Amino acid sequence: MTEAQAKLTKKDFTSDREVRWCPGCGDYAILASVQTMLAESGARPESTVFISGIGCSSRFPYYMDTYGFHSIHGRAPTLATGLAITRPDLDIWVVTGDGDGLSIGGNHLIHALRRNVNLTILLFNNEIYGLTKGQYSPTSPLGAVHKTTPMGSIDRPVNPVSLALGAEATFVARSIDNDRKHLTETLMAAHEHPGASFVEIYQNCNVFNDGAFDALRTPAQRDDNQIRLREGEPITFGRNGEHAVVALDDGSMQIVPTGEAGERIVVHDPRRDEPTTAFALSRLAHNPTGPTPIGIFRQVKRPVYDVLVREQIASAKAQRGEGDLDDLLNSGNVWDVF
Amino acid sequence: MSVAEHHKVTLSNAVIRFAGDSGDGMQLTGDRFTSQTAMVGNDLATLPDFPAEIRAPAGTLAGVSSFQLHFSEKDIHTPGDAPDVLVAMNPAALMKHLGALKAGGTIIANSDAFTERNLHKAGYESNPLEDGSLTDYQLHVVKLTDLTLRALEERIQAGELNKKEAERCKNMLALGLVSWMFHRPVDDTEAWLRQKFAAKPVLAEANITALRAGWNYGNTTEAFVYSYEVPAAKLPSGRYRNITGNQALTYGLVAASVRSGLPLFCGSYPITPASDILQELSKQKHFGVSTFQAEDEIAAIGSVIGAAFGGALAVTASSGPGIALKSEAMGLAMITELPLIVIDVMRGGPSTGLPTKTEQSDLLQVIFGRNGEAPIPVVAASSPANCFDTALEAARIALTYRTPVVLLSDGYLANSAEPWRLPTADSLPDLTEAFAFTTEPNGPDGTYLPYLRDEQTLARPWAVPGTPGLEHRVGGIEKEDDTGHISYDAANHDRWTRLRHARLQRIAEGLAPLAVEDPDGDAEVLVVGWGSTEGPIRAACQQLRDKGHPVARVHIRHVAPLPPDLPDIMRRYRTVVCPENNMGQLAMLLRAQTLIDVKAFNRVSGLPFASADLVAAIEAFASEEVPA
Repeated sequence: MTEAQAKLTKKDFTSDREVRWCPGCGDYAILASVQTMLAESGARPESTVFISGIGCSSRFPYYMDTYGFHSIHGRAPTLATGLAITRPDLDIWVVTGDGDGLSIGGNHLIHALRRNVNLTILLFNNEIYGLTKGQYSPTSPLGAVHKTTPMGSIDRPVNPVSLALGAEATFVARSIDNDRKHLTETLMAAHEHPGASFVEIYQNCNVFNDGAFDALRTPAQRDDNQIRLREGEPITFGRNGEHAVVALDDGSMQIVPTGEAGERIVVHDPRRDEPTTAFALSRLAHNPTGPTPIGIFRQVKRPVYDVLVREQIASAKAQRGEGDLDDLLNSGNVWDVF
Repeated sequence: MSVAEHHKVTLSNAVIRFAGDSGDGMQLTGDRFTSQTAMVGNDLATLPDFPAEIRAPAGTLAGVSSFQLHFSEKDIHTPGDAPDVLVAMNPAALMKHLGALKAGGTIIANSDAFTERNLHKAGYESNPLEDGSLTDYQLHVVKLTDLTLRALEERIQAGELNKKEAERCKNMLALGLVSWMFHRPVDDTEAWLRQKFAAKPVLAEANITALRAGWNYGNTTEAFVYSYEVPAAKLPSGRYRNITGNQALTYGLVAASVRSGLPLFCGSYPITPASDILQELSKQKHFGVSTFQAEDEIAAIGSVIGAAFGGALAVTASSGPGIALKSEAMGLAMITELPLIVIDVMRGGPSTGLPTKTEQSDLLQVIFGRNGEAPIPVVAASSPANCFDTALEAARIALTYRTPVVLLSDGYLANSAEPWRLPTADSLPDLTEAFAFTTEPNGPDGTYLPYLRDEQTLARPWAVPGTPGLEHRVGGIEKEDDTGHISYDAANHDRWTRLRHARLQRIAEGLAPLAVEDPDGDAEVLVVGWGSTEGPIRAACQQLRDKGHPVARVHIRHVAPLPPDLPDIMRRYRTVVCPENNMGQLAMLLRAQTLIDVKAFNRVSGLPFASADLVAAIEAFASEEVPA
């Protein structure tokens, strides 16, 4: 390791810009986790790129002392895809939110995931439009009363993890803004994953939607509600492991008292190629107001899109030789005029 | 049958139109005839015209597809106004195209297709081949289907192909006949058929048999008294090939990549008439080209912005509806000052409009169609081969000034072909001079200032991710001078808005003087054109001069910013006429920028101008009294 590549610290990933999220916003904790995690992972600031769309979460790149692109609403995955295809040497992150990534940019998210472009996508889910000051979002629960839903939302919410699994994303996880340890571990795994990794992060908006994730965030409730997914372990939760997740004959899953579960307890296997089981797990909670799975739902190896693009280029060069412009212009029927 | 007596007539030029059902293979027939004509050494121009439906109902007017070719011993610029020869494969083709045929022109009609049912579908009360309504034309009634089946009878009996497959060869019989009529050798087409049907040699041979049968039919039948010869044109010496606009754009982009040393990235979404560009570039991977078929138009330009940020020569190709979707992202590319190319192959609008027809109606959309003050340079190609040079010019501007550039082509240029004198790679502009990646800090204390501008070009530095020490952030929010930090300061925004317009003016200042075509220097009328109308305008001006009316013309490639010498050139003439395939978009800009009362001549028929219409319009404007 050269002098220049000596171990970096969180500071090396922190820009000189003043952070302008609201005091108490969950984004601060996520930012700190990402900066620390990058330093620990051996990432280089010059090779790291953060690309975002529009919304509170999308201010993220300004606070990272890396390359960054604050793009337009919903389109961050598209910029990231073009960059990933042409620059395989870079470590590319997409930061998005529930409005940016699931509403206006839903299409791009689906396609970046199913193509398996080499990106780490962080979706900060706060179940609200914060930057526009409090309209309901595509993850707001039915009945949620916000500025545009004075009589309660009638808009069935999307489950981000289910959506990512439906797009056959190869890495799908969920974590929580204030659980530093779990978040860092999850980010580490997502970062190391070749191909598209998707991490939904429950993020508290203390101004417009405070307490939306209390069931999972507060010391009083979290032990009863966090269903921690650990590879190779039976899925149980509760202060004393008194609840268990079992698989039913129809393919769905259910929470039962551990004592009654017997051999039906699901042993978590995120490496399973078929996403069906992971999907069933994601359906255990539609809104995080009760027991909700947290952790890595799926982690499988599949060919990476941008690697395949480069392989085709290499193969075309091997077959046809490096392109020659004069040969190209003279291809087809030519004739000479003297 | 003895060889009939024929008289060979030498013509200076000829216009042929092949018309038939979408399934009759008219585009292919036209392409082959074009290729054969190029080999003879004629100058040529083509005009394919086809319906948007892949297979519109057979026999209907809506399903008629046509291909027109103009070839000459002289330098020509248009696919020709009125055809001399119309090949009509069915009644609908005759009904749709007879009106365009020259008085006394030749009709070759496939009488086998003139059934009661087809006549009815085309709207004929009686059979025009028999009712005497075509006596003003040279009518050749040929049983093309029957002749084809008879030529292939042995092959059918031998079980090589069935009757339906045999019937499909009738376009080759028609091609053979017309090739005989105009002394075009068919060897090239035979070789092409063998290559096309390499996997099915039986079909290759069947088509070749039909092709030869058509030739022999012309040669032996007494019905055709005349055959025609159009001598080779005296084109400047060099090596030539035929090229369509879309193909030329593709080659120009690859050339720009080679000449800049930057890898080419194309992110596009399929759309008529631009899809060829993504298709053709996807075949050029051995040049290091990466292509990306995005999930939509917005993703396409998003990917291009990402690739440009990473240091690629990035391009997206679309048409009007796609450009509308890309407009927000084009503003982002403008404010982040990244070099990239947005190709708009214009089609008939508005909305879905006329996807397979041509129009110039996206001009104001690409110049102004974005939120805020978002000036972007726009260049327009003027002929199929000129698309090559225009792609290189778009790349030069993008790389030199770090800006998105819109390149306008249209449906006519996209699909028509003309002979192209091939440049050598070495003779093309060296684009490495246009830019250099920034690798060292440019600010105080080793800092990097991503918006510290070059004094001459006002371009900002281009430091790509991966460069240590130059980490920086860009985005769509208004920025502070030099640092590029977010700034909501009012004075700063006013200054930056002006700066972005000033950068565009620097492009204008760097342009070569316009070339005005005013051979005798005595013209009082100036015709100002842009884009694909150059051929028809050039032809019309020549016709006017031949009639004794002096007329000057100037053609604009840089439509935004406009060339700085244009206003003074316009002021030298009594009357300025601006013909466009839109409702007067450039005319409106010219009026606004020069306060000259520019006369607009507009056609939005989905087809290029007929030069005769232009001649009439220019004459009319020229004879108008000018208020004292």
